[in-house]
Amino acid sequence: MLKYLLEKEFKQFFRNKALPKMAVIMPFMAILIFPLVANFEIKNINLAIVDHDKSSTSRQLIEKVAAGGYFTISDVAESYAEAMNGIEVNRSDIILEIPARLENDLQREGKTTVQISANAVSAIKGGLGSTYLAGIIGEYNIEINGKITTVMNPHSITITPRFWYNPRLLYTYFMVPALMVMVLAMVCGFLPALNIVGEKESGTIEQINVTPISKLNFILSKLLPYWIIGFVVLTISFLAAWVAYGLTPVGSIGTIYLFAALFVLAFSGFGLVISNYASTLQQAMFMMFFFVLTFIFMSGLYTPVANMPQWAQNLSIISPLKYIIVVLRQVYLKGSTFTELHTPFWMLTSFAIFFNGWAVLSYRKKS
Amino acid sequence: MEESNSKAISVKALAKNFGKVMGGGDGSGSGAVAAVAGISFEVERGEIFGVIGPDGAGKTTLFRILTTLLLPDSGEAKVMGYDTVKDYREIRKIVGYMPGKFSLYQDLTVEENLKIFATLFNTTIEENYHLIKDIYGHLEPFKKRRAGALSGGMKQKLALSCALIHKPEVLFLDEPTTGIDPVSRKELWEMLGRLKKQGITIVVSTPYMDEASLCDRIALMQEGKFLMCDRPQAIIDSFGKNLFSVKGDNMGALLDGLREAKGVLSCFAFGDSHHITAEKDNGTSSAVTAASLKAELERAGFEGVEVTKTEPSVEDCFMELLSK
Repeated sequence: MLKYLLEKEFKQFFRNKALPKMAVIMPFMAILIFPLVANFEIKNINLAIVDHDKSSTSRQLIEKVAAGGYFTISDVAESYAEAMNGIEVNRSDIILEIPARLENDLQREGKTTVQISANAVSAIKGGLGSTYLAGIIGEYNIEINGKITTVMNPHSITITPRFWYNPRLLYTYFMVPALMVMVLAMVCGFLPALNIVGEKESGTIEQINVTPISKLNFILSKLLPYWIIGFVVLTISFLAAWVAYGLTPVGSIGTIYLFAALFVLAFSGFGLVISNYASTLQQAMFMMFFFVLTFIFMSGLYTPVANMPQWAQNLSIISPLKYIIVVLRQVYLKGSTFTELHTPFWMLTSFAIFFNGWAVLSYRKKS
Repeated sequence: MEESNSKAISVKALAKNFGKVMGGGDGSGSGAVAAVAGISFEVERGEIFGVIGPDGAGKTTLFRILTTLLLPDSGEAKVMGYDTVKDYREIRKIVGYMPGKFSLYQDLTVEENLKIFATLFNTTIEENYHLIKDIYGHLEPFKKRRAGALSGGMKQKLALSCALIHKPEVLFLDEPTTGIDPVSRKELWEMLGRLKKQGITIVVSTPYMDEASLCDRIALMQEGKFLMCDRPQAIIDSFGKNLFSVKGDNMGALLDGLREAKGVLSCFAFGDSHHITAEKDNGTSSAVTAASLKAELERAGFEGVEVTKTEPSVEDCFMELLSK
């Protein structure tokens, strides 16, 4: 009986014009497109240069800045006021003003100052841009200092940061495992819930309810197909991440599937709870969006949980997404094994019990 | 064995209220609405029992309780001796339910829909094909067509086939003839007659009074209550008054004129004429006759008046009950 119901669900799924296509396109979108657009790395900052010095030193400095790849020289102005005009019409984001006596001062006193002015309307671009710029000037500083001072001052200390697990600090490496979770949440949380509410809305659930089929079989017939589809989609995501970024998990893929299964169980339980309370698709969609958005922002997908105010950190424990994202990032980038992932394991298990238990209880209460 | 077990359905003081906004059925809005307000009745095995009443009378709610889809607030209902609350699993094995709204999978084909319901009841299409042959025969040429693409009458036939595929002992049909053409309506009633011969008890609801005579017994339902429950002929026989059909040139004014007329007990619009009731003549000269009524109306200045004495129909009985 269950077999035939599953067959029916799959038939309906594949007969739907949009769903199968979406299920294939979504992981590709999430893995290939989202990390590129949802990226905090700043590139293509438009830089206006006001060079009052016009010496070989200032030219070297400008070349160094332009060669870094972050900046595009959008404007070479004669005066600060002229460069400021560029900012006002949005031609440039940052002004680098080099004083007239740059080379002179450097050679004579060994130090000088340049001015960086940033347009902070886009706070990230302005802030990160001026930090990058200061960094480049700092490097340049060391270079020319080296020329002058190696002999005199051999003990200068330079700091070389080293980023563990993601040495090039690639934002994509950080985002991709988390985005896989999003896709999984959509397929295994949203779809079965909307499917059940859809049957409520069209009245077909009544017709099923007057048959002797057990509740468990009915619900399994709704969940199993999406679990299977969810894992196919997850596997597509793994492949897409491997093909596009050469990103493969450092840790065991089995660990990932185990935790994904646990997460899917928890999240589809959550979907069932929603489907019990919603009687129309519109209600179900809105409830789903409300909770999923909350879960996503509390999960540390975009911003680290540790950055949040304390109350938000406390609240973030209710987001099942938080734990699975932690697991995927750790297994993917760090190679964590099951023994290091006790907390997420127990939390996800609790969520699975909590949501599914709630789903069963809230189902019984009605009619 | 209780006595009630020999009945197909026995209902005692059944009540169901809907809270403020419960969505379900035709619950209107403000405050608690009694959709079913203390109904008691019995349905014999193998009869066609019609529940007749206007939209919002509570027919669908009653059906949903009897088919175990809804819990009653109070009272009890038994179907083939099984309690709708305690033994709902048993009831689900032996009843067929066709909701008023088409509730099959529109994205599955005719054949797939039928197969699903056969499978859910642990049977096969072949096993009970004889039951649905008459109806499903019309559908067979379209069995590869998606249910959503069928016409209204065809959908109804498919829904009936799906409700019958497991050879139910009691068949519940909620407004099966609403929204389908007169030919399909006639076919459906013929079909019900044949199913009755197979020994299936049929409970059918309808807003159409003219279908009442096709049932063995009917209940007239209004605002969650049964106003009357008997054989159609018995209901008509109990009318107990003379009925006249009146037509005239100015029908609107005529209705007011009739209400003023001597000896007229009640008066209501009935299709393209007015029906009035009067006391049965018991030999006294004051009794209203077609001729006396016509004369009185013409004296009052109405033109083109025609008065004929007619036999009451179920609808007349229903209107009469409502006016009380």
